[in-house]
Amino acid sequence: MSEKNELKFSDSLMQFINEWKEKPGNLIMVLHKVQGELGYVSREAAEKVSELLDVPLAKIWGVVTFYHFFKLTKPGKYNIAVCLGTACYLKGGDKVIETVEQTLGIDCGQVTKDGKFSLESVRCVGCCGLAPVMTVAGEVFGKLTKDMVPTILSRFE
Amino acid sequence: MSIVHVKINGIPVEVEAGTSVLDAAKAAGVKIPTLCHHEDLKATAACGLCIVKMEGSPKIQRACASPVQEGASYITDDPELFKARKTVIELILSTHPAQCLTCIRNQNCELQTLAAEFGIREQPFEPRVKRIPKDESSPAIITDPSKCIKCGRCVEVCQDLEGVYALEYIGRGDNTQMVPACGLNLDQSPCVKCGQCAAHCPVGAIYERDDTEKVRNAIFDPDKVVIAAMAPSVRVAIGEGFGLPEGTVTTGKIYTALRQLGFDKVFDTNFGADLTIMEEGSELVHRLTHNGVLPQLTSCCPAWTDYMEKYYPDMIPNFSTAKSPMQMQGPITKTFWAQKTGTDPAKIVNVAIMPCTAKKFEIGRDDNMSSSGYKDNDIVITSRELIRMIKLKGIDFANLPESEADSPIGEYTGAGTIFGCTGGVMEAALRTAYFEVTGKELANIEVDSVRGLEGVKKATVDINGLKLRVAVVSGLVNVKNVLEEVRQARAEGKEPPYHFIEVMACKGGCISGGGQPYASNTKNRIARSEGLYEDDEHCKIRCSHQNPSIQKLYKEFLGAPLSEKSEELLHTTYQQRPIYK
Ligand code: SF4
Ligand code: SF4
Ligand code: SF4
Ligand code: FES
Repeated sequence: MSEKNELKFSDSLMQFINEWKEKPGNLIMVLHKVQGELGYVSREAAEKVSELLDVPLAKIWGVVTFYHFFKLTKPGKYNIAVCLGTACYLKGGDKVIETVEQTLGIDCGQVTKDGKFSLESVRCVGCCGLAPVMTVAGEVFGKLTKDMVPTILSRFE
Repeated sequence: MSIVHVKINGIPVEVEAGTSVLDAAKAAGVKIPTLCHHEDLKATAACGLCIVKMEGSPKIQRACASPVQEGASYITDDPELFKARKTVIELILSTHPAQCLTCIRNQNCELQTLAAEFGIREQPFEPRVKRIPKDESSPAIITDPSKCIKCGRCVEVCQDLEGVYALEYIGRGDNTQMVPACGLNLDQSPCVKCGQCAAHCPVGAIYERDDTEKVRNAIFDPDKVVIAAMAPSVRVAIGEGFGLPEGTVTTGKIYTALRQLGFDKVFDTNFGADLTIMEEGSELVHRLTHNGVLPQLTSCCPAWTDYMEKYYPDMIPNFSTAKSPMQMQGPITKTFWAQKTGTDPAKIVNVAIMPCTAKKFEIGRDDNMSSSGYKDNDIVITSRELIRMIKLKGIDFANLPESEADSPIGEYTGAGTIFGCTGGVMEAALRTAYFEVTGKELANIEVDSVRGLEGVKKATVDINGLKLRVAVVSGLVNVKNVLEEVRQARAEGKEPPYHFIEVMACKGGCISGGGQPYASNTKNRIARSEGLYEDDEHCKIRCSHQNPSIQKLYKEFLGAPLSEKSEELLHTTYQQRPIYK
């Protein structure tokens, strides 16, 4: 695996890794940074971190699957985050997710075939007053109803 | 070491500081129910079954993960604790598929036993069983995550005993699965097939691939000559399946049972072990006297071989090219014995009975495992599988008469039999190497310094003035420090720290292999080892080179150790392999 790994990290990322190499708790910091650069943690990226930090790949995968923060697949051009925090959930956040799933034909955590949209659920985006809420590519949409979803999505090309 | 005084249900006990409440209770003769805990592993405190109370404290503690406190008085059972424990079991059962009747662990499952002991008669909780597909990619190990109770033992075993890191806690909470990284299956992972995860799993979530049906089909096929040969450590384990004390030597009964099962010939892999010593011992002497690469590393454990090829490929030149006893027994049966008896080797089905799941993988490792022109071994079954076959056939094992193995490749020496314990290969090799170097027999053939269950043993053995430095490792996690010493000496151009290193993947060696009857604990390891050393003592001949059948095999067929023919049939090669596929 290692010799075939052609993934290149940027110089600044490599520098960060070298700085953090010996420090305890470095794994999460490094993975955070990797996701910042690549948008997600791919198998190749995890393998590279495994080599650089000398941590077994399984341990890294354990971490990235434990924290919801980490994404394991490349996000779509527009990432949709539906809030399932308490307020949104009570106001039907789960229905919103279902509608997005049906509209796009993917499950939560997946990316559409054309790579345009990805869908995830998040805990509270901090606009509980607007519940239920979702964000598309960072733009916030609140007080959602089922009918609004297709219209909103059609605005993203 | 300071001593702590505590009471368990009013019974006073003295234990070393740092002892868990669980072990203190054991010392007081009190059983606390457990499920996730295993003595080989650090406590994960995952199940919550071992809860106890401390007088004067409102807190409930997990006995497996709480060290005793001086002067404390523990209560291990009262109505509240009982109810809480029962609820824990009921909750686990509500997520567990009710498939006991078709489960490989039926009647041999820790969860089933607990349910029976607690008298669980109904399921108060709504069942929420997750269906997750089995992983059947490996030739040796099958995982069935639907049955996993998330005790974590397999992960701890794979990482802390074996240093392999094939399994990890993937995901979180209810969705956690004990699987390889990146969504890969076991066969694509670094798994070395040692089966220790299966040996430690309390339920039927990880287990050996069952090949007993293949054996039965071969036996029922009138065209086939079906031949059995069992590994050293099998003879001290099978009895446990039939109520005999742990470690009982039942060699003769097993031979009889194999014949009753319908095997046409019964040989013994201990003969193969003697042959391994001839080849591997000669190789060592050759390396010592011809300036060869040292230390020599043993190669008879396929899990260790797999591990080396993945994690330490720089050690390939150090690896003994000698095949394992099983992989020597196989080709000799299909060449020497077949020719001698006029048997068509194409009709021979070699069935190896092993303590080991990795052996199922070894028979198909590469082309070197078909050196006879046929697959040298056809089927591997573990001790657990043989026990099932004997039970299915209704053989009254405990009362069987004893019989002998078939000649001329079934006779073995004491050196062959101790292969099953950690340090055994080393000791057997030293007995023969001493003779080869000095021309004299070792006066005291029992090399105590390489016996015992420690993970790493180091010794210096005097061979007529040559101070042979040896190390013996069991449990792959322990190999690291020893090999780092070797690497460092090599990097610095210094003399190697050792001449000869034995490595076995399983803690204690094959006696505690991944395919042995369920009881991977110290008591059992000691009993089985003692059984093998007792078998050794009872052997009239205790050095491989003195085995008359071995001498005959060389005279009539192979020539000498390391001869061209021996190299062709009994030696192999190694290659670097990727850690992940
Ligand atoms: S068989 Fe051994 S290496 Fe493979 S997963 Fe189990 S413990 Fe790990
Ligand atoms: S597979 Fe077995 S050993 Fe591993 S966590 Fe599940 S129940 Fe425990
Ligand atoms: S120590 Fe023995 S049982 Fe364990 S993997 Fe090695 S050969 Fe198999
Ligand atoms: S046995 Fe102690 S928590 Fe499971």
